[in-house]
Amino acid sequence: MKIRSQKIMSLGSYLTELLVYACFVSAYFFLVLHFLGDWVKQVFDENKALYAILALALILVQGYLLEILTSALLRMIRSKGR
Amino acid sequence: MDFLISGTHINPVYLIGIGFIVGILGGFFGVGGSFLAGPALFALGMPMNFVIGTDLTHIVGKSVVAAKKHRALGNVDIKLGLIMASGTIAGVETGAQGIQYLKHQANVDVIVGIGFIVVLVSISTFISWESWQTLKVQKKSGGMKSVAAVANDTLKKDESVLAHVSRQIHRFHLPPIISLPNSGIERVSLWAILAVAFVGGVFSGFLGGGAGYIRMPSMVYLLGVPTHVAVGTDLFEIIISAGYGTLTHAVKGNVDIMVALVMHTGAAIGAQIGATLTEYFRGTWIRLAFAPLPLIGAGLVIYSLVTGQHF
Repeated sequence: MKIRSQKIMSLGSYLTELLVYACFVSAYFFLVLHFLGDWVKQVFDENKALYAILALALILVQGYLLEILTSALLRMIRSKGR
Repeated sequence: MDFLISGTHINPVYLIGIGFIVGILGGFFGVGGSFLAGPALFALGMPMNFVIGTDLTHIVGKSVVAAKKHRALGNVDIKLGLIMASGTIAGVETGAQGIQYLKHQANVDVIVGIGFIVVLVSISTFISWESWQTLKVQKKSGGMKSVAAVANDTLKKDESVLAHVSRQIHRFHLPPIISLPNSGIERVSLWAILAVAFVGGVFSGFLGGGAGYIRMPSMVYLLGVPTHVAVGTDLFEIIISAGYGTLTHAVKGNVDIMVALVMHTGAAIGAQIGATLTEYFRGTWIRLAFAPLPLIGAGLVIYSLVTGQHF
């Protein structure tokens, strides 16, 4: 019974995390990505070498930031669950 | 949403969904997931050259998330990952050159393709058999303990009925000899690691994607790396090799970074969940669940042979 309730709590934590994360992603999507498109396209057309460095930097920075965000969310929700 | 660089119109929700599924697979198995993301992007109307470059870029971001999580769990051997990355990059270049060469040879790509199918199906069959045998041995030896005790004791202590294969490779004394304490390996030839990474890289260059379905089992069976560490280290290695692929493809104009960024928002949370799930499974079970993945690689080769396109 204890293991089952732990599993349900863990699943609930994940679902809550997904919901909060979806809100963050929506805000990020409309505030950042929406306005980044034109500028990135301009760099793509004018300088491919710069675009390559920019592309790698953007995905690495986003990866790093989203890892911090998702880890923090998970920690916060789990600690509240306890 | 219009993606100006690749000239495509794709609903971002689809991209986030694809990223999420591929992220879970990547976090759990230590693979890039190109076998799923590539065809999905192609089906959404993205040109093939952008599919290959953009998928590699999104893999970099996803692997950052999953590798960081695995590092926190103690599953990343950075020294091994760095050595493997150099072997992989050399292998990728060789595989890519091989593709160019085979384009000029009649029927040779069919013969090599069939060879790859045989190898991939053999790997899948072999992993299934080995995992099953190991589970049977574990069941016999752990029969006296309670399930909870076994789970606590041996979740990360890996066992394999084929551990003697990696021990034989550890006896191969061609200098330089190095030690990998984080992987529990006292002595191994640097050339053995480079060879394993190189072969994975050749598959990656030939078939596209990260070819984690070759590299992860090779690390476990040939180098004797525990499954959890193999998953985490493979993800770390993918950051470097896929990062290199991103740069070369972006210079050639084959990367739509906006598509990769949107996909990655889904992949980030998926990778977290996948990496966390490894905490709840023994290495043997992870390997058994991994077994069907090389078959997907075999399916891709068959698709390439039939249509002449590469993912």
